Amino acid sequence: MADDAPIPAAAPAAPPLVLPEVVRELYARFGENTFILQKTKDDVPTLWLPAAQLHEVLRFLKFDVPSPYKLLLDLQAIDERLRKHREGQPPSDFTVFYHLMSIERDKRTKGFGDVRLKVALLGESPSIPSITNVWANANWYERETWDLFGIKFEGHPNLRRILLPASWTGHPGRKDYPARATEFDPFMLDAVKQDNEQDALLFHPEEWGMKSSVPDHDFMFLNLGPNHPSAHGAFRIVLQLDGEEIVDCVPDIGYHHRGAEKMGERQSWHSYIPYTDRIDYLGGVMNNLPYVLAVEKFAGIKVPPRVETIRIMMTEFFRITSHLLFFGTYVQDVGAMTPIFFMFADRQKAYDVIEAVTGFRMHPAWFRIGGVAHDLPQGWDRKVKEFLDWFPKRLDEYIKAAVENGILRARTIGIAQYNTEEAVEWGITGGGLRATGCDYDLRKARPYSGYENFEFEVPTGKNGDAYDRLWVRIEELRQSCRIIKQCLENMPSGPYKADHPLTCPPPKERTLKDIETLITHFLGVSWGPVMPPGETSQLIEATKGINSYYLTSDGSTTSYRTRIRTPSFPHLQAIPYIIRGAMIPDLIVLLASIDFVMADVDR
Amino acid sequence: MNWLQSHFSWMTPDVQSILLAVIEALVILIVTVLVAAMMIWAERRLLGLWQDRYGPNRVGIFGLLQTPADMIKIFFKEDWIPPFVDKPAFLIAPMVAMTMMMLGFAIIPITPHWGVSDLNIGVLFFFALAGLAVYAVMLGGWSSNSKYALLGGLRSAAQMLSYEVFMGVALMGVVIQTGSFQLRDIVEYQNQHLWFIVPQFFGFCMFSLAAIATTHRHPFDLPEAEQELAAGYHTEYSGMKFGMFFVAEYVGIVLVSALLVTLFFGGWGGPFLDRVPALSFLWFSLKTMFFMMLFILLRGALPRPRYDQVMAAGWKFCLPLSLVNMLVTGAIVLAQHTNGPGG
Repeated sequence: MADDAPIPAAAPAAPPLVLPEVVRELYARFGENTFILQKTKDDVPTLWLPAAQLHEVLRFLKFDVPSPYKLLLDLQAIDERLRKHREGQPPSDFTVFYHLMSIERDKRTKGFGDVRLKVALLGESPSIPSITNVWANANWYERETWDLFGIKFEGHPNLRRILLPASWTGHPGRKDYPARATEFDPFMLDAVKQDNEQDALLFHPEEWGMKSSVPDHDFMFLNLGPNHPSAHGAFRIVLQLDGEEIVDCVPDIGYHHRGAEKMGERQSWHSYIPYTDRIDYLGGVMNNLPYVLAVEKFAGIKVPPRVETIRIMMTEFFRITSHLLFFGTYVQDVGAMTPIFFMFADRQKAYDVIEAVTGFRMHPAWFRIGGVAHDLPQGWDRKVKEFLDWFPKRLDEYIKAAVENGILRARTIGIAQYNTEEAVEWGITGGGLRATGCDYDLRKARPYSGYENFEFEVPTGKNGDAYDRLWVRIEELRQSCRIIKQCLENMPSGPYKADHPLTCPPPKERTLKDIETLITHFLGVSWGPVMPPGETSQLIEATKGINSYYLTSDGSTTSYRTRIRTPSFPHLQAIPYIIRGAMIPDLIVLLASIDFVMADVDR
Repeated sequence: MNWLQSHFSWMTPDVQSILLAVIEALVILIVTVLVAAMMIWAERRLLGLWQDRYGPNRVGIFGLLQTPADMIKIFFKEDWIPPFVDKPAFLIAPMVAMTMMMLGFAIIPITPHWGVSDLNIGVLFFFALAGLAVYAVMLGGWSSNSKYALLGGLRSAAQMLSYEVFMGVALMGVVIQTGSFQLRDIVEYQNQHLWFIVPQFFGFCMFSLAAIATTHRHPFDLPEAEQELAAGYHTEYSGMKFGMFFVAEYVGIVLVSALLVTLFFGGWGGPFLDRVPALSFLWFSLKTMFFMMLFILLRGALPRPRYDQVMAAGWKFCLPLSLVNMLVTGAIVLAQHTNGPGG
């Protein structure tokens, strides 16, 4: 990035009454009448615009405004047909939204670098111009939107299903598509169907614009996955090989798709929390965080400082366990079999603390709307301290034993390299972005849950290669320990949940003393809390990059639309761009250095 | 007595020595296979020790019966041949793997008076076997008619081509100094003079690299690099055919360790031999076991280089160094011969 210079003295955060900077810029360029400004409960300026001007506006934002919006963070759709509360929004059956981000502007304005654009589409089979010629990473997002909502993107180079099998009928994201298996006929797999499904999985190079041969030789097409030791889950990538050189490749995802977003539409706000744990299944409560923070914005809950600190401590523990797994599998994918066993022992130590605090290990589902499930147990500080005494020493050993090894360095330095500009173009965030030298970390750039009270550094790399991606995460392990230490030393006292009627489970102390509290409590635990209508979102720096929940409430006990932006999805999309021309072992190193889990990609 | 003589008249001293040789050879063969099988156990226990875990410890004392249990299991598995393979080659490949490695023991002199055969072309015989052993992996890879197996076979062919070349050259120093290809001569020369690990240190380094590559052991296990090619050349193999590839690898380790001892560490040589000649077997086995464990440690300690890095190291570094080593040794020996007392 061009903004390596120290960030100028912070311009005070724009007060909400004044129009956000980006809105003023857009009004000045396109006129106020082009847009409809929508009020949301987060800080993201949200504008509706006509489809005809989509390209013009996006290009303006990406190329022409000062501190341009280079990052397409998210692109998805909302089925608006059953939504009741749409005050101040233009009529729409399907809404496509574009969430753009400017890292430069975000740093300058301290967290106001986002803009959300919405396009209203009418009719049962809507279509909208594709923006794949503006952002490379729009490709998969548009395919996903087509897959789940049946929205056509005119001009998309290869608009086909991405999460669901090609043989699927219907678009499950739509409101008229049933969410439960009980609403379908029983599933039967007869021989004919099985054959058809298997045929549908065959790879046809022509469909992807590939040639199976050139005049003097043929290419080999190799299915790597969905069952492969180094694919890190059910991930398939079809390689076009010339010898061992990868000419081109096609990642194929969706084997781990379970409709997590759709489930949000039938689970209560509270009972959806366990589903979030399993999005990035290594992230544990880290996944709860953006969700509960977003819901708390709906409810207007301000959580007590103790809750904030407990949440930070537990998410950092999960950052450590996730990064340790990354570290171990990374070294293993390079061919060294030993370190991962030691790292699993360390993860056990961390899980011991997590288990003592939350009662669970990998998926505690422990954060609650307005607080956490229970207070820290007695003696938690001793456990945490034990871990902090144990872990950093081990980390030093790993660096000596594995990271500084000559073979590992030869395998990873200069391998699968990209620069900041390319990373942003492909929507790469997290360690993969920081390894290129861009020190963008949401915990610093727009602190949430009280991160502003902590001292830690944002480690960055220089070359953006696989080796730097490893180093960045190793340093993050140290920083996480530092944050946990500060939590240990400065844990505030006070309640572990907010005193607010929408806190869930709601406070019970006064229930038998006045009828209002009793009714609210009864509704809260029987139906679940009812969130006021509106839209909100929360971005966090998750283990693997930027994770966000964009929630739409229609004033009921469930979410109207839950959009989960996961970091791994765009990371996988960038693989062909990064790896073309390299060899199979380099691909394995790239896969290891991305740090993804398929549950996080497919949702 | 008469009766005995009449019935065993064919038992001439010639026949007796043949029988003795056959029995000796059989003992070596069986012990080798047993040692190789027990090495599987040793490897798993040692790796467990180094990796902060237990390893197999349930079957028998210290888990010693784990390997027999695995063997029984693998013997009773369905001997399945995938329908798409080229059957003759598919069947031959594991046999080649096993046979070539076992034949190698024919030339190893275990004690001053024990060994299968003292071929006067011993070293060359080993090179020939190592060359033939490539066919196991290549045939296995090609006949499987599977892409991962093919890539494994390709890698193996390229790796062998690169590493066999300087493996031969690396040993020439030893041969030049001894003046013989026969392994027994080489051991005796070392025990009279100096173990070759000192004068032939570079030869030792180069040969051990090449030897690891021959056995496809980590870090030269590229033909079966699990993280890249699933199981590489033996992806399609199961049951006892896979078992043969598997055991062949361990037989290979035992063979290569024995060769390293024979060529560079004085074979059976060691202290107190003049008083207790039986110690020769102990010295030989101890040294061999040391190298076998070194192989295991390597596997636990190192990452795997990339295929082209392995090639580059072979051609650009090992081959020139081996050549220089051979030329320098030759020059020194020549100089000693012309100037020396015998000159």
